[in-house]
Formats: sequence, structure tokens, C-alpha cells
Amino acid sequence: MGKITLKNVSKSFGATNIIPDIDLVIEDGEFVVFVGPSGCGKSTLLRLIAGLEDTSGGTIEIDGRDVTSEAPAKRKLAMVFQSYALYPHMTVAKNIAFPLKMAGEDQATIDRKVKAAAATLNLTNYLERRPGQLSGGQRQRVAIGRAIVRQPSAFLFDEPLSNLDAALRGTMRLEITELHQQLKTTMIYVTHDQVEAMTMADKIVVLNAGNIEQVGSPMELYKAPKNLFVAGFIGSPKMNLVTGTAAAKHNATTIGIRPEHLRVSTTAGEWKATVGVAEHLGSDTFLHVNSEVGPLTVRADGEISVTHGDEIWLTPDAAKLHRFDTDGKAIR
Amino acid sequence: MARKVTTRHKVVATVAAWAVALIIFFPILYTIITSFKSETEAIAGFKLIPSFTTESYREVQGQYNYFKPFMNSVILSVGSTLLALLIAVPAAWAMAFSPTKRTKDVLMWMLSTKMMPAVAVLFPMYIIFRDLGLLDSRIGLTVMLTMINLPIVVWMLYTYFREIPGEILEAARMDGASLWNEIVYVLTPMAVPGIASTMLLNIILAWNEAFWTIRLTTTEAAPLTAFISSFSSPQGLFWAKLSAASTLAIAPILIMGWFSQKQLVRGLTFGAVK
Repeated sequence: MGKITLKNVSKSFGATNIIPDIDLVIEDGEFVVFVGPSGCGKSTLLRLIAGLEDTSGGTIEIDGRDVTSEAPAKRKLAMVFQSYALYPHMTVAKNIAFPLKMAGEDQATIDRKVKAAAATLNLTNYLERRPGQLSGGQRQRVAIGRAIVRQPSAFLFDEPLSNLDAALRGTMRLEITELHQQLKTTMIYVTHDQVEAMTMADKIVVLNAGNIEQVGSPMELYKAPKNLFVAGFIGSPKMNLVTGTAAAKHNATTIGIRPEHLRVSTTAGEWKATVGVAEHLGSDTFLHVNSEVGPLTVRADGEISVTHGDEIWLTPDAAKLHRFDTDGKAIR
Repeated sequence: MARKVTTRHKVVATVAAWAVALIIFFPILYTIITSFKSETEAIAGFKLIPSFTTESYREVQGQYNYFKPFMNSVILSVGSTLLALLIAVPAAWAMAFSPTKRTKDVLMWMLSTKMMPAVAVLFPMYIIFRDLGLLDSRIGLTVMLTMINLPIVVWMLYTYFREIPGEILEAARMDGASLWNEIVYVLTPMAVPGIASTMLLNIILAWNEAFWTIRLTTTEAAPLTAFISSFSSPQGLFWAKLSAASTLAIAPILIMGWFSQKQLVRGLTFGAVK
């Protein structure tokens, strides 16, 4: 079991209020991603749940039990750190065995569980090596191994892939998702990368300045962002935001249109634009254009043949248009 | 782009390094050479090849007891180092892992005592030692050497402990380690190399300390530094004997330094590069 409930949780460091007041329920078995820009309080929130920081107010419950003032070890959570935080003087086997040893398990059980974890994570051939002799991806797997042997009620991941190169990040993303499907244990994952959030999460929590901007499934957030912040943060390339008369025509202060919801034509359309840069990715082409409503990004067909300086016409898909009021809140 | 290193560069750099090392080492080398000369040879003038006589060594050992000051040196350097570690480990630990606003100031303040010329406090220290009956006692000198080297020991250990990432300690806490287990299984094994090289350096510093050891001792607690200086005045012209005494005094620490040089270099450059 691993249902985590935050009630009015707040955190201040001296006079600086990092997290003003947060309420959140994470259901058992869910994969929840905390996403937001640097300094939004996502890592602090994770550390509060882990017990590595004390809350300034509110309560944290795990499976209905108030753990607000309990030591990290007693919360039955496992954490994977950004720097992996492996014990450099221990072998891979000893690193993985460490939590079991601390729990006072007998040697036979420890050996069996370490072997099983190593097999799951393809680490069997590296058990006698030290962390310094491993690659980044292998170290990350050891850190995950150390987490899974404990059979925790929830896993906490603090930006675990940010030290890996792009290719490895993709592979590890897949491995962690598969691990979740296999274990079906609650996972809380912190990242600033919205691609990781979109691809891995059952539920995304978008944070900004210590406040929750929106909670929902990736597609809910993508299709119906509650405000301008979420609209701009979720989706890659970013949603185009247009103000002025073009927005007023739709009875809004700002309108948002995603790059894939702009139709390109060389003959006619709603907005006239000049192509600045055309990025051909093969499957898609990203056009960065200067239009009469400001700079826009367009996701066009991979086969489109436009280059710098070409004049094109763009038409937003009215059904996919997002409207926002003066406070930046979505108008439904 | 990496700089191109030609063979000529390498040869020049190697020669230069050897030249500098030889200039630094030469006084010690010449002392060793002189110790194997007869007194007449030693006074005669500059000569690199001695007659390899052990006459001076025999005399030094025969006339004076080398063993007593040697044992004093061992007791003082090892004793003061252990005492310094006993104080410095918790101090550096606290400053590295629970720093406050004033931690840096405290560290600077401790180091500033090393900037003061020792002679400035010679009289007060002498009077304190006299009144407490600590003159020429091993206990008094051990305390003195501990105090002299404590700032350096605290600084070195502080630098070491700072290099231990906080996340590793947090990981141990998440893994269910109690504070005691955290110290035994995680912190200590990671800090041992740092403590060891600090210990080595401090033994060398204490072994070589000459200002206080000469001034606060006469016979009972006199270490090898006082042993050498006792040769320099009454037998000022007997260079071969003085050299033999000096060689005997530096030999143990030179041998220890030679075997532990890897540790020492690591200790001194720790934290400079990641």
C-alpha cells in the first residue's frame, strides 16, 4: 500500500516561504510526476514527503498514518537521488544489500533479494564492482536496485535522469516506466523536463512558486490547461500565446494555440507569416515564423518544402483554441 | 583542443622538475654525505664523494644516547597527533555537516593563530609552563604541539568532510541507518583516507617542530630536534658529527614520508580537483 496524503503542508526556510500551502492526494500505485521550473519547490516537496526536511505546517499521511514527525527510515519510502548517492566504498552487491542489512535481515535472505534485484536490473555481472567502475546508467540502476529491495510503500525519484545523456535518458525512462508496471508501487517522480512528465506519469502535478497550478493526467493537462502557466509549460514545442486584437476576436485577453493546431497554406489563411527558420526533423518540420500576430512556432508535415524568407498563411484550428482571461485563467 | 605535448617539451619539463627537486633536496643530501666523512674531510671544503667512514655515527651513538630523544620524538609526535585528532574530528565534523553563519569566521580565527610569530608568546608560555611544572615534561610538550598543529588538522579534516556529499548521508538515512550505523558504515569508511593523511602530515609537522621543543626541554623530554641542536653549539666545528646526528634525526621521518607519499600528496591536494 502507498497512499500519500498531504494536508495544508507548508515549508519556510527562515523568512523565505518555499511552499505556502499544499493539499494533495496520491493514490496507491499511481505514478505521479511533480514538474515545474527550477526553484518551484518540487524537490522540497519530495524531501518533505521523504522526511529529509521538516514541515513548517500541515500533515503528511502515508496509508492513513500521520508520519509528519517520523524519521525518514520509518516512513517505508525509498528514494533515488539525482547524484545516485551510492556508497563509494561498497561493492554493487553491498550497496543494494545495505537497506536490508539495516533492517536486520539474515544473510541468506539478503543474498536472495540482492540476486533477484540484480537480475531485474541487468546488474548480475557487476555485483562485485564499485560504483566508481560503473557507467552513469549502471549507477542509476544500482540506485534503483537499492530502492526496490526494501519493497517500500512508495518510491521517490529526485530528477534521477538529469545526469545522463539524451540517449540513455530515453532508455532509462522506459525502464522506470516498465518497473512501475511490474511492481505497481506508488512512485513520485520529480523533474523539470516536461517530456519525462508527459511520457511517464499517470498524474502530473504542475508546480510554480510552491503552489500547485494544476493536477491531472498528461492528456488532461495538454488538452485543457487551467491557466497560462500550465499552457506554456506542458507541450513541446511550447504553445503559441497570442494577445491583442487577434485574441479579442475570440473574446479573450490571450489565446493559445499549439504548434500542431496551425494549418499551413501558401495561398490563403487567417494570419500572414514569413518563415524565419525551418527545422526539418524528418517526421515533422518545425517552422519558426514571424506573423502579423507575433512570432509563432508551427508543427508542419515532414515533407513540406518551405525555407527561410518564404511567405505562408496560417489558420488556427478553432476547436483546439485555448482562451485565457486577464488573470491568465482559462475561459471554458 | 588539447595542447600538443612534444617530446622536447617533456624532456625540458622533466629536467626542470628534477633540477628543482634536487635544489630543494640538496641540503639534506649534503648532510647525509657529510655524515660519512671524517671531521678533517668535512672541514676541508666542498666534496661530493665522502670516504664512507662511519666514525661519526659511532661517536654520536657512543657519546650520546640516541634512543632516548628518538623515543621522545615518537611519543610527542604520535601523542600530539592523536590528541589533536580527538579534538579536531568532532570539531571539523560539526562545522562540515552543521555549519552556522559563523563557521567560516571560526575557521579563519583558528588559522590566524598560525600567522602569529611563535616568539611573540615565548615568555608567557615559558612562565605558564614553569608555574605548572611542565618544563621539560612530555605531557606539557604534547599539549603544546597539539595546540600548534590543531588549526591545520581541523582545516584539513574540514576540507575532507566537506567533500562527502550530503546526499549519501541522506541516502543512508532513507535506507534505515541509525545515526550510529550512519557513522560506522558510511561516514567513517569514507573519511578514513582523509583522517589517515591528516595524521601522517601532523606526525611530520610535530616531529620537525623545533622552536618549542628546544626551548621548553632540557634532557628528560628532549626530542631529536633538541638532540641536533645540542650538537651545534658545544661542538660547532664538528660538522661530520653534527651531520651524523641530523641524519639520524631525519631518517625515521624521511622513511615514513617515503612510504606514505601517495597518501600525503592526496591529502594535500584533496578538494583541489574533483
